Amino acid sequence: MIFGISIVSALFYAFAGVLVLAAVGVITSKNPVHAALYLVFAFFNSAVIWLLMQAEFLAIVLVLVYVGAVMVLFLFVVMMLDINVAQMREGFARYWQLGAVIAVVVIAEIATVFLVRGLGLQEAVPVVAATGAPSNTQALGQLLYTEYLYPFELAAVILLVAIVAAITLTMRKRPGLKQQDIGKQINIVAKDRVRIVKMPAEVPSTAPNGERAP
Amino acid sequence: MIPLQHVLMLGGVLFALAVAGMFLNRKNVILLLMCVELMLLAVNFNFVAFARQLGDLNGQLFVFFILTVAAAESAIGLAILVVLFRERKSINVEQLDTMKG
Repeated sequence: MIFGISIVSALFYAFAGVLVLAAVGVITSKNPVHAALYLVFAFFNSAVIWLLMQAEFLAIVLVLVYVGAVMVLFLFVVMMLDINVAQMREGFARYWQLGAVIAVVVIAEIATVFLVRGLGLQEAVPVVAATGAPSNTQALGQLLYTEYLYPFELAAVILLVAIVAAITLTMRKRPGLKQQDIGKQINIVAKDRVRIVKMPAEVPSTAPNGERAP
Repeated sequence: MIPLQHVLMLGGVLFALAVAGMFLNRKNVILLLMCVELMLLAVNFNFVAFARQLGDLNGQLFVFFILTVAAAESAIGLAILVVLFRERKSINVEQLDTMKG
């Protein structure tokens, strides 16, 4: 306990504050690369908050999948495209008031629901997940491979479709590119390529010192 | 112990910031995609908070599936973006009016 609040609460409020600042950085930074890096920062802070809320596996997945894969993909695309930042930014000054008004309205609505009306959540007591599994990962795995097996397989198929779609969209034929034609390779017959010539066997002639003649 | 309302408020603030970001950066498709990612993160906060509050792991499972779908969505979105930039040399939303939307 520090100043009457527990360590967990103090960490939560600290990381929540940094997370909100990072989100502000995402939406206001001039350079898209900076925005992507702010988003990476936001994901790291979210992972810490999820750890504090006993979602250990999801926190690790957030870092591995989001920071490790999706945000790297974003950074690659941002750096590959030659974006005219100044042209993209025009109208920013005109829209920021509208954006601020909408953000305040959305926050006020949510605050009305959660804080003013309360939803009867004040009395609810947090319960520890009573699955009997030793770790969060094992509990999630037990649920995933029994009750959620079919959705899990669907998710795998969705990822496969996404891979196929992304590759199909971005693949292009460049002139001078060497490619396989699988159909041609399969349809080939040996006699189109190899000509077998009949010729008599050559008898090696032996030199006087026993070495083979060249 | 972290109060549930505060976690939900954090999710709400993140979502509101993402909505505001959509208005601020309404010309840049790549920043719009980033705002979508931020929104999905805010929604996941609600799932994680309620999963802890109710002691129910089904909420965390849903976060897992949302992460999967979001990864697929951003992969396809970025692929479309790359093709678009190759064709039009621009990712400005205002110039994308071929379909008269």
